Amino acid sequence: MLGYILRRILAVIPVMLLVAVFVFLLLRLTPGDPAAIIAGDMATPAQLERIREAMGLNQPLHIQFVTWLGQLLRGDLGVSLISNTPVASMIADRIGPTFAIAILTILMSVAMAVPMGVLAAWKHRSGADYAVMTFSVLGFSVPVFVIGYIFILIFSLKLGWFPVQGYTPISRGLGAFLSNAFLPALTLSTIYIALIARMTRANMLEVLGEDYIRTARAKGAPERTVLFRHALKNAAVPILTVIGTGFALLIGGVVVTETVFNIPGIGRLTVDAILARDYPVIQAMILLTSFLYVLVNLLIDLSYSFFDPRIRY
Amino acid sequence: MLFKTRNFDGAPVALQARNLTVSLPETPGNPQVLKGIDVTIRQGETVCLVGESGSGKSVTSLAIMGLLPQALKVATGSITLQGQDLLPLSQAQMRQLRAARVAMIFQEPMTALNPVLRVGDQIMEVMELHTDLPVAERRARARAIMEQVHLPDVDRIFRSYPHQLSGGQRQRIMIAMALVLEPVLLIADEPTTALDVTTQKQILSLIDELQQKHGTAVLFITHDMGVVAEIADTVYVMKHGEIVEHGPIETLLRQPRAEYTRKLLSAVPSLSPRAARAVADNTVLRVESLNKIYGGGGILKKLPQAHAAKDVTFTLPRGRTLGIVGESGSGKSTVARCIMRLIDPTSGRIMLDGTDIADLSRRALRPHRQKLQVVFQDPMRSLNPRWTIAESLIEGPLNYGTPRREALAEAARLMGVVGLPQDALARYPHQFSGGQRQRIAIARAVMMRPDVLVADEAVSALDVSVQAQVLDLLDQLQRDLGIAIVFITHDLRVAAQICDEVIVMQRGAVVEHGPADRVLSTPAHSYTRALIDAAPGRFWDFHNFRELPKVNHAEPA
Repeated sequence: MLGYILRRILAVIPVMLLVAVFVFLLLRLTPGDPAAIIAGDMATPAQLERIREAMGLNQPLHIQFVTWLGQLLRGDLGVSLISNTPVASMIADRIGPTFAIAILTILMSVAMAVPMGVLAAWKHRSGADYAVMTFSVLGFSVPVFVIGYIFILIFSLKLGWFPVQGYTPISRGLGAFLSNAFLPALTLSTIYIALIARMTRANMLEVLGEDYIRTARAKGAPERTVLFRHALKNAAVPILTVIGTGFALLIGGVVVTETVFNIPGIGRLTVDAILARDYPVIQAMILLTSFLYVLVNLLIDLSYSFFDPRIRY
Repeated sequence: MLFKTRNFDGAPVALQARNLTVSLPETPGNPQVLKGIDVTIRQGETVCLVGESGSGKSVTSLAIMGLLPQALKVATGSITLQGQDLLPLSQAQMRQLRAARVAMIFQEPMTALNPVLRVGDQIMEVMELHTDLPVAERRARARAIMEQVHLPDVDRIFRSYPHQLSGGQRQRIMIAMALVLEPVLLIADEPTTALDVTTQKQILSLIDELQQKHGTAVLFITHDMGVVAEIADTVYVMKHGEIVEHGPIETLLRQPRAEYTRKLLSAVPSLSPRAARAVADNTVLRVESLNKIYGGGGILKKLPQAHAAKDVTFTLPRGRTLGIVGESGSGKSTVARCIMRLIDPTSGRIMLDGTDIADLSRRALRPHRQKLQVVFQDPMRSLNPRWTIAESLIEGPLNYGTPRREALAEAARLMGVVGLPQDALARYPHQFSGGQRQRIAIARAVMMRPDVLVADEAVSALDVSVQAQVLDLLDQLQRDLGIAIVFITHDLRVAAQICDEVIVMQRGAVVEHGPADRVLSTPAHSYTRALIDAAPGRFWDFHNFRELPKVNHAEPA
């Protein structure tokens, strides 16, 4: 097991190297002069030369790559072309809100979706099952900004329970954080509740047809024990995969929700960078999200064996 | 001792079902699955419920447990346990009763245990659900019952997960779980059907031993008359939801009254082998020193090797049947798959019609594939459920360039040969019974006009009467077309019926090889003898309702 973890961690290196090569080439292989792309249409030759000098663009490609990689490894992600601040500190400022809301979203989704899915499977083809399935279809098909504005309308404007927009870091108290973060997390949850509930239901239905469920009932186990001790753990692996992928997606930033609720997160940083052609920021964001993806997938894979002892590495 | 001859007339009644009717209320016409059956089981008695699939055996057991699927409802009748009427009990009351007073073990020990919980915890759970015993006491009792079911190395097995145990060990865990609270009645639903014969023998004697020790009443459900002959005190024969006959085991086997019982007994294949047919000299398949080794790879350190097939050599002439017999893990299926080139042999030669196909590339193999066809154990899973029978049948010939119209005509003709109606071609697999599906699978193989047919446990999932029909069909096809058959089976009775020659395999190696009548009547190897000894009911001639003449067990010369 330990050897496997080590191997998997080592395997992250080539993957990330590949991503780095891709990110590096992204700018260099774009047709035209990178300096011109960065500087925009109105740049003077002197400005172009300054940019080339600053980015080392007048050196051979492999030297550029090694230099760039060296900087990356020292945590130097470059400097934003627009604001002239280090990219690393820009991301550091923005990742907190995104991370906090992602975790809250996943917690809320799992807390609601798993019981819903279990109930739907247990009461297969009943009113409860149809209600859960209907909710799943709705949650999946209504666009997230529509849901967001509906929630704002109901909970903020009509009922006045939550502020309309904004973000308060968790360091200023859980209550303050939740009052700002609850609605965005709830908005984001709808799609994950839909997804996870469906996944839970499908896998529970399959597991509930297994022989060992009949054995559990033949032992005189009450339904609660049958469902949660015997069935759910067996159905866990695919559900876990969906949860993990969902979390990785959330970390990548959720532009629409951040815009609707005016949250200073990574999603908006990325979009702003793309619109402004702020290449160092774009590169850093691609690297960061890929790394988080690889990391989350690694954690999911490692957690499988906790739920299913038949999975051995 | 031939049969059990214990008398239970004086013993108190453990369970009684009276005029029990179970129906499908939500299906049009409200069909009855059980049509008013009466069963009485006394303390310490073993009652066997026999019948073919669909006869209602399992429904009876689930009705007693109160675990009928939602679609099924008890319509009339009563079930009493030690005088207590079970049907009016609430769900919660029934739950308290399960495992505590009525326990059940199932057919597939592979799937009946929860794969993600340790087996020790699964045994302890029974006590957790039904008693107030402290954890230490629960653990002590779980270990005690594990000792009683003769599990080795209780410390290790207690902490094991089901997949780390053998099939026999898993079934022992199931039995331990069922008996730990000393129930009045143990229901065993085909508990040994999925096990090897030698393991089956051990489990049957274990059930017997524990029953005598604890005075448990046993309701044993099976389709296997051999098993019935071994363990029953009393037999109930079921057909289409009715009890057609019941009586003490010996009376039932000697003087069956109902026509159906006679038919069921006559269908039990005899252990006395057929005489080998004249040897033709046109060899179609020759296998020479075939080896298959798994593992041994690994980058950093060498992984352990498993020799799944060791130096297997045989020849098979046209029109003859070679049986490969052995228990699970003996390598019989490995050999079959190597011959089919579904897996690649490690070394050795496979001469098919003069060509060595052992090392051919996938592409070079293609023209030879047609000559080798296979019929698998489970016809439900080997036919594509979304394809009509016609599509399944003509796929192979189309791949080899037969025009569609011609292939369809041949498919229609073969439907007649395998005894299915013409309109079967337009239907889907789920619309057929197990036996019919296996006929379709055979027709699909024959469509390719193969030289060699590999039948991998092809009749093992079928009821005995259907088994006999499918074996007859194979025999007839062989006579008409001269196909050579490699027949893989764990069932010596079936092997005796169809094989000219038999290979007995154990742990990858051939331990005995010879004409079927010689190998099965005067086995030379101790493993072959052990297999024959373990065949349930081997002392009885079911077909003629009498004991077999003294079995001749010549010692090897």
